[in-house]
Amino acid sequence: MSAAAAAPAREETPFRRFVSQFAEDRIAVAGLVVFVLVVLAALLAPFYAPQNPYDLARVDLMDSRLPPGAKAGDGFTMWLGSDGVGRDVFSAIFYGLRISLAVGAASCLIAATLGSAVGLIAAYAGGRTETVIMRIVDLQLSLPSVLVALILVAMFGKGVDKIIIALVLVQWAYYARTVRGTALVERRKDYVEAASCLGLSHARILFRHILPNCLAPVIVVATVQTAHAISLEATLSFLGVGLPQTEPSLGVLIANGFQYMLSGKYWISFFPGLALLVTIVSINLVGDRLRDVLNPRLEK
Amino acid sequence: MADKVLAVEGLKTHFFTRSGVVKAVDGVSLSLAPGEILGLVGESGSGKSVTGFSILGLIDPPGKIVEGTIHLNGRNIAGLPDEEAQKIRGKDLAMIFQDPMMTLNPVLKIETQMVETVLAHEAVSRAAARARAAEALAMVGIPAPEERLDAYPHQFSGGMRQRVAIAIALLHRPRVIIADEPTTALDVTIQSQILAKVQELARDTGTALIWITHDLTVIAGLADRVAVMYAGRIVEQGPVDAVLDAPRHPYTQGLIGSVPSLGRRGSRLAQIPGAAPSLASLPPGCPFAPRCGAAVDLCRRERPALVALGPSIAACHVARQAGDAA
Amino acid sequence: MTDPASLIALEGVSKRFVKPVDLAGKIANMLGANNPTITVHAVDRVTFQLEEGEVVGLVGESGCGKSTVGRLIAGIHAPSEGRLFWHGKDLATLSPEEKKAAKLSIQMIFQDPMASLNPRMRAGDIIGEAPVVHGLVSKAEKADAVATALARVGLDPTYARRYPHQFSGGQRARIGIARALSVNPKVLVCDESVAALDVSIQAQVLNLFMDLRDQLGLTYLFISHDLGVVRHIASRVVIMYLGRIVETAPTEALFDHPAHPYTQALLANVPRLDARRRTFTTIKGEIPSPIHPPPGCHFHPRCPLAGPRCAREAPVLARAVHGGSVACHLNAGGVDA
Repeated sequence: MSAAAAAPAREETPFRRFVSQFAEDRIAVAGLVVFVLVVLAALLAPFYAPQNPYDLARVDLMDSRLPPGAKAGDGFTMWLGSDGVGRDVFSAIFYGLRISLAVGAASCLIAATLGSAVGLIAAYAGGRTETVIMRIVDLQLSLPSVLVALILVAMFGKGVDKIIIALVLVQWAYYARTVRGTALVERRKDYVEAASCLGLSHARILFRHILPNCLAPVIVVATVQTAHAISLEATLSFLGVGLPQTEPSLGVLIANGFQYMLSGKYWISFFPGLALLVTIVSINLVGDRLRDVLNPRLEK
Repeated sequence: MADKVLAVEGLKTHFFTRSGVVKAVDGVSLSLAPGEILGLVGESGSGKSVTGFSILGLIDPPGKIVEGTIHLNGRNIAGLPDEEAQKIRGKDLAMIFQDPMMTLNPVLKIETQMVETVLAHEAVSRAAARARAAEALAMVGIPAPEERLDAYPHQFSGGMRQRVAIAIALLHRPRVIIADEPTTALDVTIQSQILAKVQELARDTGTALIWITHDLTVIAGLADRVAVMYAGRIVEQGPVDAVLDAPRHPYTQGLIGSVPSLGRRGSRLAQIPGAAPSLASLPPGCPFAPRCGAAVDLCRRERPALVALGPSIAACHVARQAGDAA
Repeated sequence: MTDPASLIALEGVSKRFVKPVDLAGKIANMLGANNPTITVHAVDRVTFQLEEGEVVGLVGESGCGKSTVGRLIAGIHAPSEGRLFWHGKDLATLSPEEKKAAKLSIQMIFQDPMASLNPRMRAGDIIGEAPVVHGLVSKAEKADAVATALARVGLDPTYARRYPHQFSGGQRARIGIARALSVNPKVLVCDESVAALDVSIQAQVLNLFMDLRDQLGLTYLFISHDLGVVRHIASRVVIMYLGRIVETAPTEALFDHPAHPYTQALLANVPRLDARRRTFTTIKGEIPSPIHPPPGCHFHPRCPLAGPRCAREAPVLARAVHGGSVACHLNAGGVDA
């Protein structure tokens, strides 16, 4: 009597289907693995790094500008050399990654939440509200992000929290625009009309029905924006307005080492730059694959 | 059969996917005489569209014609390399799709597209090609064809677009046109106009037509012969009157019973229980057996072959036994 | 004028969808461009009633407004003018609770089984959400209520844990029906609910509709372009063309003696199983756009029997010989002058 759809052996939630589709691209999986390793390396840095570069007592000016492989005054090997103030580059990279990743992730998360909420409200409210919100979004997006960040940092001053606020203010508009577009499409679909027919409240429809179906593009934007945020923070630090010197992120390290590039002490900028590159590329690979997998038109 | 313009023998088109081999078309044989209209009927998953695409050589990987021959005017075109197939497509063999926007390029004027089609197969001047295009539009009943040539597809209504698609199909007076559900998305009155026009054109130009659809009522009015497909195979085939008035195969009977029609108001429709099987894992024996009210043990063990039963052929053990007994 | 015994009544209901010129367009207009405000006249002064227990078939082609009428009745759209009545009472005069109860009593079944189900919700949640939210069923009872609902539409209760993409088209249609039934409606508006289904599945779902009507005493407004289906399931038929009702009649009367030229043409054009190798008769012309409907009678440019009066004056629905009503001058004084 009931139609024959074979019962699945494991519960095939949309999530499991998504994971198997993602895994079809080997390169993206490699990117994901690299990114996970990077995150683990950053998290576990205090356990394996030979030196805590923030502990000023441990950093000795006598150890500065030593080439890769040299021994520090304390006796451990500086595998990637030391920078201008005597920090072990190897340790500094992984400690710096902690800051870069934390700043990138935090700003991304806050911007995503804020921007998505704004986009959802714009799409559902329609009319003048939507017009006003979207013109603000357009304005925000038309300004170059580095410029806006510079102005904000100049206003707020230095510090990790201020950088995060600046990055959030730069990024929220992408999410708002993306979510509004998707929400507009979803709003017209029959299941939303059905929900309204069944007398469900606007809030319920918005957050329980429309929002979950808007998350796919948000995830894609979030991965790409995390990379963008990390590189933006590095840019700001490179320009000297980012994070303070005492708790250097990758950007600060690269900036500090720049002056030594021409005198042959490449390792001070090069290795932090390489770490930044690997991080951003792996995030982008994952983001690319996510975009393909979550694209409804490509869905078989 | 020298007088057949199209003869398909034992066609098998399989799709080699990650989750298994999908046998979309699994042994289909049909033929067309010049000027004949054959209705190819089936529901989703029956393989009717894939049959049409296979004949045109439009099967892309992971799909492949694994077996069978397709003789067009005596020449086997199954598995032809693409350059050879291109010479035939549009010239001797044409296709009309359900969505005319699959034929019409939204950024090109109608004229550009039609002239392109003419010039692809014949070396004539642009002026001559344009004249041919206007003539084709007039033939399908588009008013003021000379002016309409300069329009874009979005400036036409759905019915008009389908007519343009038909005109493009007719540009080279093909021997065979394959139409895949061309009127399914159209309103009843517009569908009627298109069907009337197609009938007229088939008569006047002698073009043979394979009309693929799930709508038995359209076939009743249009076709000379009908082939019913299920799970990748033809289960019954014959003259339209024979198949619709005296169907032999239980699936055909079920289909006819499912169509709401006059004289049966208010009573339950005869429904076929269950759903079509997955083409990646067909049961042994007759693919319809799990849903068939008349199935016997033999049906589940052995796949029935197409045998002549009266004026039609059908693949059913039970029908065959009944036919033998009669 | 409105019969208080009727369940639902529409009186002079119109719906216009207006797309206003936005700010950029307004500026362009000031500079000499001609961007008009686009008004789609979807429904034009429609008056009809739905009696309890009826199955009314609402038939028409693209642009006739039948889907919009369905949505007006289901409360998804608000009318631009005219009044809607529930149990003889004007909806506009009801209190918010009464309005809410009325709206919940009228549920809709949609055309596309895939798009009408939230892809991120399990079948059980799709069906069980509304009754819990409205307090018809407590959270503890939800699982049982869902199982009963699934069984009632012919689905295995264990399917509650599955997601829409794991079901076939026919099964999704059934889930949509179960969802609509979960709030105990009195009226079901079925908007082309079987159009997207294969013929054999369509038969199953149509039979299900008929069974449910007998079991639950429902009233149906069955919107379809398929005259064969409507003839099978409806007791009364309403024909619409370009936003207006052109004819209504009991089913057999309509099919045997159609009074309006459009209905006659529609019936003559419908392909039928018993009409073999026929010559298809046609009506000339295309269906006009609801943005620019023809003046007078909307059908007059295509009507083989039209006269001068038809282009000037829009006909009104009046009693016809077959017991229903028809909006045509041929029935009311002739088409001349």
